Amino acid sequence: MCLGIPGRVIEIRDDAGLPMGKVDFGGVRKDACLAYIPEVQIGDYVIIHVGFAISRVDEEEALKTLEILATMGDMVRAELATMGPGMDEPAVVSDDGTPVEGAFAVSPGAAPTSGPAPGAPA
Amino acid sequence: MSVEHDPFVAHDGSSRVTEQAALTIDPVGVACPAPIAEGGRVILGHGSGGLLSNALLRDVIGPALAAASPGGPLNDAAVVDVAGTRVAFTTDSFVVSPIRFPGGDIGELAVNGTINDLAMMGAQPLAISLAYIIEEGLPLEELAAITASAARAASRAGARIVTGDTKVVGRGAADRLFVNTAGIGVVLDGVAPAADRARPGDAIILSGPIGLHGVAIMSVREGLEFEVEIASDTQALNGLVAAMLAVEPGIRVLRDPTRGGLSSALNEIAATSGVGMILDEPAIPIPGPVRAACEMLGLDPFHVANEGKLVAIVPAGSAAAVVAAMRDLPEGEAAVRIGEVVADHPGMVTIRTIVGSERIVDMLVGEQLPRIC
Amino acid sequence: MKYLDEYRDPVLAKKLIAEIHRVTTRPWTLMEVCGGQTHTIVKQGIDEALPEGVRMIHGPGCPVCVTPLEQVDKALAIAARPDVIFTSYGDMLRVPGSSTDLLALKARGADVRIVYSPLDALKIAIANPDRQIVFFAVGFETTAPANAMAVAEAARRGIDNFSVLVSHVLVPPAMTALLDSPNNRVQAFLAAGHVCAVMGWTEYEPIAAKYRVPIVVTGFEPLDLLEGILMAIRQLEDGRAEVENQYVRAVKREGVPLAQRQIFEVFEVGERKWRGVGAIPESGYRLREAYARFDAELKFDVGEIRTNEHPSCIAGAILTGEKLPLDCTAYGTLCTPQKPLGAPMVSSEGTCAAFFSAGRGLGGARSPLPVVPFPQVAPSSAGGAKAPR
Repeated sequence: MCLGIPGRVIEIRDDAGLPMGKVDFGGVRKDACLAYIPEVQIGDYVIIHVGFAISRVDEEEALKTLEILATMGDMVRAELATMGPGMDEPAVVSDDGTPVEGAFAVSPGAAPTSGPAPGAPA
Repeated sequence: MSVEHDPFVAHDGSSRVTEQAALTIDPVGVACPAPIAEGGRVILGHGSGGLLSNALLRDVIGPALAAASPGGPLNDAAVVDVAGTRVAFTTDSFVVSPIRFPGGDIGELAVNGTINDLAMMGAQPLAISLAYIIEEGLPLEELAAITASAARAASRAGARIVTGDTKVVGRGAADRLFVNTAGIGVVLDGVAPAADRARPGDAIILSGPIGLHGVAIMSVREGLEFEVEIASDTQALNGLVAAMLAVEPGIRVLRDPTRGGLSSALNEIAATSGVGMILDEPAIPIPGPVRAACEMLGLDPFHVANEGKLVAIVPAGSAAAVVAAMRDLPEGEAAVRIGEVVADHPGMVTIRTIVGSERIVDMLVGEQLPRIC
Repeated sequence: MKYLDEYRDPVLAKKLIAEIHRVTTRPWTLMEVCGGQTHTIVKQGIDEALPEGVRMIHGPGCPVCVTPLEQVDKALAIAARPDVIFTSYGDMLRVPGSSTDLLALKARGADVRIVYSPLDALKIAIANPDRQIVFFAVGFETTAPANAMAVAEAARRGIDNFSVLVSHVLVPPAMTALLDSPNNRVQAFLAAGHVCAVMGWTEYEPIAAKYRVPIVVTGFEPLDLLEGILMAIRQLEDGRAEVENQYVRAVKREGVPLAQRQIFEVFEVGERKWRGVGAIPESGYRLREAYARFDAELKFDVGEIRTNEHPSCIAGAILTGEKLPLDCTAYGTLCTPQKPLGAPMVSSEGTCAAFFSAGRGLGGARSPLPVVPFPQVAPSSAGGAKAPR
C-alpha cells in the first residue's frame, strides 16, 4: 500500500528462473521481478512495490481519468474565482521543473496550521 | 524463563554479545538515522547537517569552545579582521563515500566546497590548504587523480593550494580517503552577507535545480544501486556570487545548501534572523530523475544534499535584477525566485502546496532513512 | 514522471476541491485506510482544503505502526544472535520495542541490514551460507506477494539458511472491526489502492452492503485522493453505499490472480494482534505448515517475551482514528521523530510522524533552531563562527 511507483519496462530477462525486468522511473532505472505480470511487454508501465511489479498500468484508463478532470473545470471556473485571488490561474511549470517567469505568487490568507501544543508547559 | 529486556542477554542468562565490537560494515551503505541518541554518544545523525548536528554544536562543542570562540551567529565562514582587512576563513572535512562518483570526486568536492563557503561570505578565494588522511591500501593512481582534480578546481576559481598535510592510517581506520580543506579570501568591499540579516519583505532566490549531488551519491551506494542520468552538481560559485554582488551589494544572506538540503539552509537562516519564510512549491525546480529517485527511496528532495547551488536572500526591489544577472552565467542559468521572507511565524519556513494549503517545511532530523514501506 | 506528475497538477487539484465544495451539503466523516494516503493528505494539506464539516480520519494503514510489540521484541531477540544476519525493510528499524530498537542494536554490533526487496535478503542468504538470514516480513496484502515469492524461491532453490519473521496484516478485517465498534463514526472509506491492485475489491462488496458504507478504491497522488473523496461524498449525498474504483489505471475488480495464488500457497489467514488495537481474528497471514521450516519463530527459540508499551503512547486511539496526535500529551514534547515513543511517530506514513513533519499543532511550542549558540565572550569587530558544512 505504500511506495508503489509507476515505471516503464525497458528490458526483460530471466534470472535463475524468475522473470526480471529493468524498469525506468522517469530517468532512474532499477530491476524488478515481473513474475506476477507475465503478459508484460517492453514499453508497458507497471506499478513496482518492494522490487516487484504488482499491477500493469492501464494507460487508456489513465487518460480517461485525466480527461474527465480536465473537462470538469469549465463549469466551475466561476466558483474557483470566488475562492480567492489567483485561484483560477495556473501555476505554470515546464517539463524540467523550472517554473515559467511570473509563476511565483503568494496568496493572502491561509496561515499555517498552528495552535497551542497539547501538554506543553505554559 | 523470560527474556530480559536487553536482547543481548539470552534467556538462559548467557551473553549474546557479538564478536564484532565495531559497527558492522554491511553492503547497504545507507547511513543510519538512529534518532535515539544512545546514552551520551555521538551517532551518525550528528553529522547529517540537520537538527542533530545543530544540537551537537549547541550542547557540546559550543560550550566547550566558549573561552576561545568569538561567539555570534553561525555562518558558512568566519570573517576575521586582519590589520583592517576583512578576511574570510573556513574549514571543512569531506568523508563522502564513494570517493569517486558521477560528476566528480572527493578532491574537487572539497576544494569547491571551501571556495563556496568563502563565497557565501562575499569573499573571493585566495589560498586553500589540502590535508589528507589516507587509508593504507589506496591505489596511488587514485590519489594522484583526486589530487589533480582538486588542483583543477582551485585553478578554475582563481585560487591556489598553498599548503597541506598527508597522514596514512591502517586498514579500516579511515574509509579510503578523508580530506580536510581550509581556505581564506578577502571579503569584497561594501558587502557583508550574514545569516542574521534576512528581513521581512526580502525575496528568496535559488540558483538552480536541487537534489542532484545527494541522488548521484546514493545511486552508487552499494545496495541501492540504480542507474540514473544524474551527476553531482559540484562546482565553484564564486563567479556567480561576484556577479550577484555587483548588481546588489546589499544582498542579505548567501548560503549553499549542502548536507541537510534546502530545508536545513532556509530553516537555519530563518532561525538566525528571527524571521519566517513562505515558499511556493511549484516554483522550486526539482529535476525529474531526482523526483523519481526520491519517490523510490521515500526521501524528501528538500533534505537532499546539493554541492553547486546557493540560496540568496535579497531586498525585494533588486530580486529581478539579481536573477537576471544569475541567468547570464551557466552556474545560474536556472535561477528562480522561490519565496519570500515574512514577519509571521519567526524561525519557521512554510510552503504553499499544490492544493493551495500551507504546511511547515521541516528540517532533517538525523540521516535520511529510505522509506521502504 | 509519467503517471505521477499528471496527478499533481495544481489546476486540476483546485477544480476537484471546488467540485467537492459544490456537492457537499452536510457534514461527513471519511476514513482513508492506507498510510501512504495519510502521508499525501497531510503533506499536501488536503484535509485542510475540504469543506468545513468534512472530516478525514486517518486509519490504521501503516503496517509498520501496527506490527505487534511482541513481533518487534522477537525481531530484536533474533537480531541480537551472532549467527544471524537480520534483514528488514527500512522503516522497521526505528520502531521502538519494549526496551530498544533494531537501529540501536545495529549500533551495538548486531548484523542488521536494510533491504529494498525480499529477494535481496535471499541473495544475502546465498552469499552467506554459514549464517542464518532472517527477513522481517511486514506489510499489508500489497507486500505479501513479494514476501511469499521469497519463501517460495527459498523452498524451490533449497536455501535453508533463510527464514522469515512474519507480521502480515489484512485490511478488510480491520475495517469491519472498526465498523463493529460502538464508537465508530466513519461513514465512508477510501480503500487502499495498492492492496486492491493485488487483491481486487470483491472482499469489500459485502462490507459496503452490510454496513451501508461507500467504499472507494483510491490511489495515492493528490488528484487521486481528491477524486476519491469526491466520489465518496457523492455517494453519501446520494444515499448510496457501493464499492467504486477511483484508481482505474492500476486496479481491476479481480486484482492480480497470480499474486493471490502465490500468497495462498505460502500463507494462510490467522488471528493477528494489531499494536495499540488488540487481537483481530482472521486479520493476518502466517506461514503454512508446508513452509514451517522457513518460519523464524519456530527456528529460533526466543523464550518468553514480556512486552512493555510506553505508558504515554496512545497509538491505539490514533490508529483507529479516535484521537488525533494533537490530543496526545506526549506529541511533540516527549514523543518526536527523534525519540519516538510509539510506532505512528516512527514510520513516515504513521499519522503522528505525518503531522509532526507538516508542523501541525506544534505552533510556538516547536522550538526553532538554536540562535547564537556560542556564549559571547568579548565583542569583536567582525565576529562570526563557522557553521557546520
